[in-house]
Amino acid sequence: MRIFLFELNEGLVIALRAIASNKVRSLLTMLGIFIGVAVVITMSTAIKGIDNSFQSGISSLGTDVLYVDKWAWFTNEEWWKMRNRKNITMEEYYKFKELVRLPVAVAPVTNTIQTVKYNERRVENVFVNGSTADYIKTTNFTFAQGRFYSEIESNAARQVAVIGSEVAKKLFPNVNPIDRTIKIGGVNYKVVGVLAEQGSFILGPWNPDNQVYVPIETIFKNFFNRSFKTITINVRANGPAMLDETKFEVEGVMRKVRGLAYNQENDFSINQQEGLEQTYKSIVGVIQIAGLFITGLSLFVGAIGIMNIMFVSVKERTKEIGLRKAIGAKKRTILTQFLLESSVICMVGGIAGLIAAIIMSLLINQFIPTSIQIDSVLIGISVSLITGLVSGFAPAYTAAKMDAVEALRYE
Amino acid sequence: MNIITIKNITKVYKVGTEEVHALRGVSLSIDKNEYVAIMGPSGSGKSTLMNMLGCLDTPTSGLYLFKGISVSEMTDNQLANIRNKEIGFVFQTFNLLARYDAIHNVELPLIYAGVPKDERRERAKRALIDVGLGDRMNHKPNELSGGQRQRVAIARALVTNPSIILADEPTGNLDSKTGEEIMNLFQEIHNKGNTIILVTHEEYIAEHAARIIRLRDGHIEKDEIIKPQKTSQQVIS
Ligand SMILES: Nc1ncnc2c1ncn2[C@@H]1O[C@H](COP(=O)(O)OP(=O)(O)OP(=O)(O)O)[C@@H](O)[C@H]1O
Ligand SMILES: [Mg+2]
Repeated sequence: MRIFLFELNEGLVIALRAIASNKVRSLLTMLGIFIGVAVVITMSTAIKGIDNSFQSGISSLGTDVLYVDKWAWFTNEEWWKMRNRKNITMEEYYKFKELVRLPVAVAPVTNTIQTVKYNERRVENVFVNGSTADYIKTTNFTFAQGRFYSEIESNAARQVAVIGSEVAKKLFPNVNPIDRTIKIGGVNYKVVGVLAEQGSFILGPWNPDNQVYVPIETIFKNFFNRSFKTITINVRANGPAMLDETKFEVEGVMRKVRGLAYNQENDFSINQQEGLEQTYKSIVGVIQIAGLFITGLSLFVGAIGIMNIMFVSVKERTKEIGLRKAIGAKKRTILTQFLLESSVICMVGGIAGLIAAIIMSLLINQFIPTSIQIDSVLIGISVSLITGLVSGFAPAYTAAKMDAVEALRYE
Repeated sequence: MNIITIKNITKVYKVGTEEVHALRGVSLSIDKNEYVAIMGPSGSGKSTLMNMLGCLDTPTSGLYLFKGISVSEMTDNQLANIRNKEIGFVFQTFNLLARYDAIHNVELPLIYAGVPKDERRERAKRALIDVGLGDRMNHKPNELSGGQRQRVAIARALVTNPSIILADEPTGNLDSKTGEEIMNLFQEIHNKGNTIILVTHEEYIAEHAARIIRLRDGHIEKDEIIKPQKTSQQVIS
């Protein structure tokens, strides 16, 4: 063990000298690993951030919620078939609500895209959701301030609004939004609540942070009449365990509401987040595979580069290797020396790549909340070490088994 | 005492389908504190023999005893150990590492012997002082003259206190005056009790030795003692 450490230490000194004596070449070699590691870690950090955001989005919407809709959200069923379905109406919603027993909450939802203003500040293209007071029970939203609109406000079609955190930030950078009057599509509304940040930027316009919630009757009053378009019925099961049973009941009740005969197909769809999650996973899966491929490729190129340069370096130092052997270096010692050299090059490149990745993820953090994971740091370092060892092995082995006499004669 | 005994050593190189007989049955023995010159025309097998004696190469056939132990039965690691501890090589082309200064070049064999750093430094310094380069320790090879480079190489060969110094044409790349200085250094080293074998083309160089072995076509043509072997006692008195 002592001997091993001694050799390791001396080998390291020799390797560092060799690296230092050929700085440009060593730097170029490091570049391959540098890029590889920087890409791997930045990539995995970005994906982690996207994933976090998606998961928090999903959970803010509730994993045990069913969405009865004219449209199937995640399907390749022909859209024209669905287009010919009847709209779901408020009347159907009332009947449906009367008949279902299992759900803990049922709420009709419609929406419109409007510009929201407060004094001179404005946010364009905001999803304005209309529903009833029960809507909040079909979500996991939490409040930063205030409350959701009440049943009385909802039934009376009052001009009240609950705003998402992003909307609040944009409209009210300095003042408390509660009880302020905002304009939605030119009509005045009183802000009664502000949602806490749900952190699901990945959902884009569906991100609750970018939305506004008002009573559904208020929408019908201000923007369009109740038969203008289909509504969605949000149904919350009593926990994920009850989801399947609830779905079964919902389907039966909805068929009854629609008066479908036993041999008629459903003329509505029951959507759930599972579909969203699957779609998301398949997209992320593609990104991950592409990422893996790119990083794998860049590491592979880096490794080939190192192997190449190490071969050149061994060739160039043939005479030196012969001399070292002549004065007593063992095969093992030479092997260790060259392996150390390539590992040090890779480690330095890898650590530089790591630092670059940390800087990159700080930049990414401006857009996606994320942070470098300790496991990706470990992966980065071990990947560069392994690359160094693997790509250094063949050249090091060539050096170790060189014939001393031949090597000394090499010009 | 016999340091080296070889019996009927042959060495055959295969070049393509052709066989080159570099040594065709060489036998000799070398005692402690001998000073031997090996001479012979180019291609007669001098370097091949030296590599064999230095455990850098193994014979095709024949017996080689180093201090009574058969070399042909040794593993690679054991051979490396012998080269490290028992043999000091001096080459025609010096073979110093260009990016190391003199003292680091001299330290090199001690690294492979596992000598700790401070002791290494100390011994390398002493070896450099012994060859007259006390004031050039931190010079790199390209900052030294040919003769000085060869002195560094000799210091490197001496630093491990080997049983035998093997020098293959150590003056071959030097002018005759510098060559003479190096030969005087060898004389000194010999006088201190070291065993030396050197290869040379020059009669006047060979005359420094006490024994001359002449090779021709892989045979020993002549093996003569030209002066009584000195011992360190005789030098002092
Ligand atoms: N690696 C080798 N492969 C093939 N033949 C070799 C090899 N090394 C030496 N020889 C041959 O062996 C013979 C002896 O070579 P060696 O180098 O021992 O000669 P030498 O006496 O040292 O010559 P010089 O005085 O020119 O150095 C030569 O004919 C040479 O061509
Ligand atoms: Mg020769």
